[in-house]
Amino acid sequence: MTLSLEGKTALVTGGSRGIGRSIALNLAELGADVAITYARSVEAAEAVKEKIESRGARAKALQADAVSYDKAEDVIGGIIDDWDKLDILVNNAGITRDNLILRMNEEQWDQVIDTNLKSVFNYSKAVAKPMMRNRGGSIINISSVVGLSGNAGQSNYAASKAGIIGFTKSFAKELASRNIRANVIAPGYITTEMTGELDDNILKSIEDETPLGRPGEAVEVAHAVAFLASELSSYITGETLRVDGGMAM
Amino acid sequence: MSQDVESKVKAIIVDKLGVDEEEVTHDANFTNDLGADSLDTVELIMEFEKEFDISIPDEDAENIATVGNAVEYLQDKV
Repeated sequence: MTLSLEGKTALVTGGSRGIGRSIALNLAELGADVAITYARSVEAAEAVKEKIESRGARAKALQADAVSYDKAEDVIGGIIDDWDKLDILVNNAGITRDNLILRMNEEQWDQVIDTNLKSVFNYSKAVAKPMMRNRGGSIINISSVVGLSGNAGQSNYAASKAGIIGFTKSFAKELASRNIRANVIAPGYITTEMTGELDDNILKSIEDETPLGRPGEAVEVAHAVAFLASELSSYITGETLRVDGGMAM
Repeated sequence: MSQDVESKVKAIIVDKLGVDEEEVTHDANFTNDLGADSLDTVELIMEFEKEFDISIPDEDAENIATVGNAVEYLQDKV
């Protein structure tokens, strides 16, 4: 069997930039129609939409606040109205608001938990009934090695990313009988706009801690997503797959 | 019309849960008597929504546990 997503439809939240962008383009490359949501970057989102279309796939770029459940229902309902079904959901939307716990304020905590964790609930719940009707589906939630190991200065982010893992396992158990799979990918240090904000000392130490000795590329996460989205992974559910150069083993 | 709702509801239950028509009595509980798991009951509600072209909110769905509950609820709404 080769990896093909011909005839499949996918939604990638937070798909205008970084890892999400790479995931969306790769799914389209493999034959899927791909919708993305984005928070603010209209131009970047439209550029991703055009790139998807240039690969011969259908595309949508939808402005959506990941924190709103009603918005998640709107987004998924709209995709199903136009494309009849949604086979693949990639919950990728995420932010960081780093600070030491002693200095972290309530807003920084709430924003990260809402955007990174509540959004996964929102979109997973909204897609569950359509996937049940469709007799199957694959959900891939993007966590982080920080959710496995913790990280000083990122207690909010680590909590949200660990929460995703527990949520995904529960979802996988609840929906397995309907052929709906749910898995987690835990990227390590991947070069994106988000890691561009880290300072050089931190980046150097991350590289030192990575057995493969280099940062990852977004497309290396995208390849793992494609595998979990496809029938090649048909017997895998509730799993967390690290894509981290060995960092958290 | 009310007879019609009842026969449609029963037909959906027979089809979805794979039970015999005689088992689908007014007081039969989906879970305890008809062997439905929690997702089956969600799917039943989804089928009712489709058949009768209505939307059943979660808080209403939670109170539909028996054949009679479903028939009465739907007769009221349709």
